[in-house]
Amino acid sequence: MTVALEARPGRSRPSLVGHNLTMASGIGLGVSMLWFSLLVLIPLAAVMVTASSGGWAEFWRSITNDQTAAAIRLTVTAAAVVTLANIVTGTAIAWVLVRDRFPGKGLLELVIDIPFALPTIVAGLVLLSLYGNDSPLGLHLANTEWSIYLAFLFVTLPFVVRMVQPVLEELDLEVEEAAASLGASRATIFRRVVLPSLAPAIAAGAALSFARAVGEYGSLVLLSGNLPFESEVTSVRILSAIENDNQAAATSIAAVLLVISLLVIVALDVLQRRVARRG
Amino acid sequence: MSIDVSGVNKRYGDFVALQDINLSLPTGQLTALLGPSGGGKTTLLRIIAGLETADSGSVVIEGVEATRLPVQKRNVGFVFQHYAAFKHLSVARNVAFGLEIRKKPKAEIRAKVDELLQLVHLDAFADRLPSQLSGGQRQRMALARALAIEPSVLLLDEPFGALDAKVRKELRDWLRRLHDEVHVTTVFVTHDQEEALEVADEIVVVNEGRVEQVGSPDQLYDEPANDFVMGFLGEVTTLGDLRLRPHDIEVTTSPAPAATQGTVTRALRVGFEVRVTVSVPDQDVPVTVVMTRTHARALRLEAGSAVWLVAAEGATAVTSSRPSARPSVEPVAG
Amino acid sequence: MAETRRAAAGPATYLLRVFVIAYLVLLVAWPVVLVGTNTFANGTQALTDVFADPDMVAALRLSAIAAVVATVINTVFGVTISMLLVRKQFPGKRVLSALIDLPLSVSPIVVGLALMLVYGGRNGWFGPTVEDWGLQVVFATPGIVLATAFVSLPLVIREVVPVLHELGTEQEQAAQSLGASGWQTFWRITLPSIKWAVIYGVVLTLARSLGEFGAVKVVSGNVLGETRTATLAVEERYLNFDQEGAYAVAFLLASVSVLAILVVFVLRARGTRHRAFERQS
Repeated sequence: MTVALEARPGRSRPSLVGHNLTMASGIGLGVSMLWFSLLVLIPLAAVMVTASSGGWAEFWRSITNDQTAAAIRLTVTAAAVVTLANIVTGTAIAWVLVRDRFPGKGLLELVIDIPFALPTIVAGLVLLSLYGNDSPLGLHLANTEWSIYLAFLFVTLPFVVRMVQPVLEELDLEVEEAAASLGASRATIFRRVVLPSLAPAIAAGAALSFARAVGEYGSLVLLSGNLPFESEVTSVRILSAIENDNQAAATSIAAVLLVISLLVIVALDVLQRRVARRG
Repeated sequence: MSIDVSGVNKRYGDFVALQDINLSLPTGQLTALLGPSGGGKTTLLRIIAGLETADSGSVVIEGVEATRLPVQKRNVGFVFQHYAAFKHLSVARNVAFGLEIRKKPKAEIRAKVDELLQLVHLDAFADRLPSQLSGGQRQRMALARALAIEPSVLLLDEPFGALDAKVRKELRDWLRRLHDEVHVTTVFVTHDQEEALEVADEIVVVNEGRVEQVGSPDQLYDEPANDFVMGFLGEVTTLGDLRLRPHDIEVTTSPAPAATQGTVTRALRVGFEVRVTVSVPDQDVPVTVVMTRTHARALRLEAGSAVWLVAAEGATAVTSSRPSARPSVEPVAG
Repeated sequence: MAETRRAAAGPATYLLRVFVIAYLVLLVAWPVVLVGTNTFANGTQALTDVFADPDMVAALRLSAIAAVVATVINTVFGVTISMLLVRKQFPGKRVLSALIDLPLSVSPIVVGLALMLVYGGRNGWFGPTVEDWGLQVVFATPGIVLATAFVSLPLVIREVVPVLHELGTEQEQAAQSLGASGWQTFWRITLPSIKWAVIYGVVLTLARSLGEFGAVKVVSGNVLGETRTATLAVEERYLNFDQEGAYAVAFLLASVSVLAILVVFVLRARGTRHRAFERQS
């Protein structure tokens, strides 16, 4: 058998490309792919192409510019810290929503989704009202590095919760009861029985949360003050490069963010398949 | 012939689902496709319906070459194991669906739906949603829906498989009576040999992608073509080099000519029967014998009793051999 | 889950409950409520001012138009793609299903930049050509629609795909065996079955579209009365020391978001009850 022929044994019909599209669904796929390419794929490719057009040296110089490097460092650090925090609080929130019962729990369900649906610029304003200069709590976080953490925590709140919650709901309580009957304490049950089942969902939520934080812009506009070397994030750097007509710098920094997004997507794909298999 | 299947082959990757199937089913008959799960019977039914395409071979329905016809054009009624009820439509709209697709006049649809709902005893439930029906009711609705289009053949895929034992038995009798009323050529898939023996005019035994035997329930039971058919249709035990049914063994408590001697190890009462386990020298597996309680009492059987076993006259038996070989079937004479 | 799945209430349970409630109140609930109270600090004056300002009304209208158009596009596209991903086999399917989620994880500023690079009127890849056809994309409404459609693209798909999976194909096969064509099967059987998922998707898409800020900021040009959307107006008002105006528009936008969440929440609760009932019967 030659390589070119590569007839797979067991395949009775030599289905050329392995599809079962009818005429109508073929057209549907074609039109959808065209739209998806025009809207998403080609523009994102344009970012990568433009970023690489100046060569590696140019790219490297753009992203290692002192102010840019500081912004990237701050963004990635804050996104990582916030994601770690979300892993703990998100799982805790999901746990309370699924396992605990108390009056007003339904209200918490609503509150969780607000950061997702709220316009980001409004989110910034919302946070300013409690943590800005008129803070009723006396917490003046606006225009400091902490405002970045605060905004990230706000906009990424739903991700881990919403990934973990359905998995926790489907979890078979009998397995935990079995573990308890075998003498495991509640902490041990959580660590050895519950947590392993939740792990892929937590990881998927964490990936989404990290990606969202790294690219965040709207909620910071009013809140962070965008002070260079202190509270300026990567997206803001890209925007100022665009406004200064410095396309090379803008696309270079954007390419860095895009690579992070792509990595997250790959991780998500792997994790979601794992969640599906466990479910 | 209503359904003619010839030379049908079907594979899924490396798995051979059907291998050179040839089958002719006469008009108006109720046929069971019987076999173990994964044996290919559902695949065969779905190929007849057009829900699956064969890799090769042809399907002719009522004289119409249907091999290349899509399911929509075959005019077959198909009933699914899990009912496939249209959950958002009322019972009446479910039954009317095929007629609406065929753009029949409203009055005609209404009359037909009423008639069918009466036939399946669901006339009181016309405006309910499927979720408000029991499993058995849903399956009757699915049957009425399939009958509404006046199909040339009615195909049922494990129609009672998802129901509990009691409802299953009721629906089984009901299907038989219904078929006697409407006389549409019907094929149903089942893995329950009792169901097939009780309901069908003819049984097709399908195993490992092949047709093992076709015949009436009596033929299959009395003259199984091979070891597999015999084993699938009822319990089988081994006595010497014979494989036969446990109730086809005669037991005596004194030596008899050509009888095998053994010792009762266990006598278990199951309802009206007694299952006696007899260990026999030169045989690893003990013999199982089934007899009535009266008979067992008369013989005073208990663990330790010495007994003599012989195949009953006219018993259905096959000569046992290695599993791969196909044994010949021979009625035992005396 | 209808039945109680309550862990035996020990001190840990209460501690966790108090922590979660406190966290959510401090991070979300309290600040959101403050926006409301700030808006109504001077009664309804701030809101009536917004509606009296023609530029603000224009901004709100533009946001609404862009959101509706983007939602319509994303709904048609989303349902089509979901059907293809779940029901069909074709090469590249797995890659497509992963890439569909990409807009959720791309920075809005990068989205805006990417669209500029391709549709920019001066030196974009396609921009000059499209402009020759008489269609200005960037710094005009089409660009705003594109940016809005980009960021909210996966939302319908993420709602519909799992429901299609769960639905299975038996009902569709039954419809086909009764003579329904592919098109009839879709309209009469599939679409009614996924109706609620599509509606959740639409509501979420609408909310997300209405609130898009970063991507729109890059491609819109932010021209007063022409390409300034409501979210851009919030920023402009705030930076121009018109806090009251900013809070008023923010309040309007937040109300729509909260309303959207409420709608989805109520529909979901309904759906869960319905499913529980079905399982029971």
